[in-house]
Amino acid sequence: MKPAPYGYARAATLDDVFSLLAEHGEDAKILAGGQSLMATLNMRLSEPEVLIDINRIDGLAGIQDTGDTIRIGAMTRHVDVEESDVIATHAPLITAAMEHVAHPAIRNRGTFGGSIAFADPAAEMPACAVALGATMHIAGKGGTRDIPATDFFKGLYETAIGEGEILTAVSVPKITAGWKSGFMELARRHGDYAIIGLCAHLQVSDGKFGDGSLVFFNAGDRPVSAPLTAALLNGQNWSDELSEKLSASLKDELDPPDDLNADGPMRKHLAGVLVKRTLAPMAGA
Amino acid sequence: MDKNVDISLTINGEKVTGRVEARTNLVDFLRYDVGLTGSHVGCEHGVCGACTVRVDGRIVRGCLMAAAQADGADVWTIEGVTETGEMKPLQEAFVERNALQCGFCTPGMLLTIAELMERKPDASRDEIREFISGNYCRCTGYQAIVDAVEMARKGTGKSTGAKGDSA
Repeated sequence: MKPAPYGYARAATLDDVFSLLAEHGEDAKILAGGQSLMATLNMRLSEPEVLIDINRIDGLAGIQDTGDTIRIGAMTRHVDVEESDVIATHAPLITAAMEHVAHPAIRNRGTFGGSIAFADPAAEMPACAVALGATMHIAGKGGTRDIPATDFFKGLYETAIGEGEILTAVSVPKITAGWKSGFMELARRHGDYAIIGLCAHLQVSDGKFGDGSLVFFNAGDRPVSAPLTAALLNGQNWSDELSEKLSASLKDELDPPDDLNADGPMRKHLAGVLVKRTLAPMAGA
Repeated sequence: MDKNVDISLTINGEKVTGRVEARTNLVDFLRYDVGLTGSHVGCEHGVCGACTVRVDGRIVRGCLMAAAQADGADVWTIEGVTETGEMKPLQEAFVERNALQCGFCTPGMLLTIAELMERKPDASRDEIREFISGNYCRCTGYQAIVDAVEMARKGTGKSTGAKGDSA
């Protein structure tokens, strides 16, 4: 289908964005990479009055090493994140996840910030941000504010970005010595949304797990952490017994939805499969 | 707000200007306004890959980008890259290996594979399949397409004189 008619405004600065948002309110949508938005417009699932194109605002794209963190500009294309040595070195979870984000032509155009701000519960980047304890940078007319990833995702396609505001960047803490990341998702076809996926970010030394996080995607209305299950790992080496304990714990801790791809019990089962396949190699088992 | 936008861009090396409805997707602009019908329109939500075109050196979905956003861009379609001859070996390998039947996916498939050959020249068969996973072909089952990529890469097609292997 073709989209309903809309107006198009090309913002040159963030101030342009704030004025346009103030003028048009909920009738306006921000156009970043457009790889989700344009599809919903084409299907007329959304009919905004105005698109505010932020592609030409200087300074919104780019990957910066800021010391303890890596700052990823909201307009940074997925392909540039995928190919970044800085990200591969300091946030290997994101590099591992990126090849599973749709297909090359979509990653060439889609943006890191767009994926975070869209907050699709089945998407990889929001779960990575939560697992790594990222900080979201939000700007509005009144100034800027920072929100931890865990408080950013509020529900299905809902975030802490307020009226008149825009996500400008995400800061990801650098991985430190003794920590490992693991990523895996189960999809029927490469590049499809996962039936369920896992971002693991854990302390591992001599095959023994310590602190860390297990965050699932497409397991609820936002990225879903499993802290109770993650706590069972503390001080443990990998074993079949541990694996079974983790699977059982996930069945209690997760409450994934039913849809055409899988029902809740199947997703719970697959969560256990993911944990086994991801964590055993992380422990060197 | 004005729902029309003036745009000026380069298409297949030629300067093009136009006035488009803001809602016009790039692929529709190319097909209906410019008359370049080699880029096809399939699903119109970014899944099938038939509308793949090259914008500023990278493949994109022509259905997921507004023509208004292509203002100032350097756009190449299957017509342009055929004329320059840059993918002649690949196109010949497609013919030789029967890597197309109806041809609907072929323009997008060729542009995608050209980018694969540039970015991952040593891609394995699995990696080739992964790279073209966003381009649907309902005729070939992909086997012949992967064969053609390998043939073009090895330079074993007709254009280089040698006969391809049939692995």
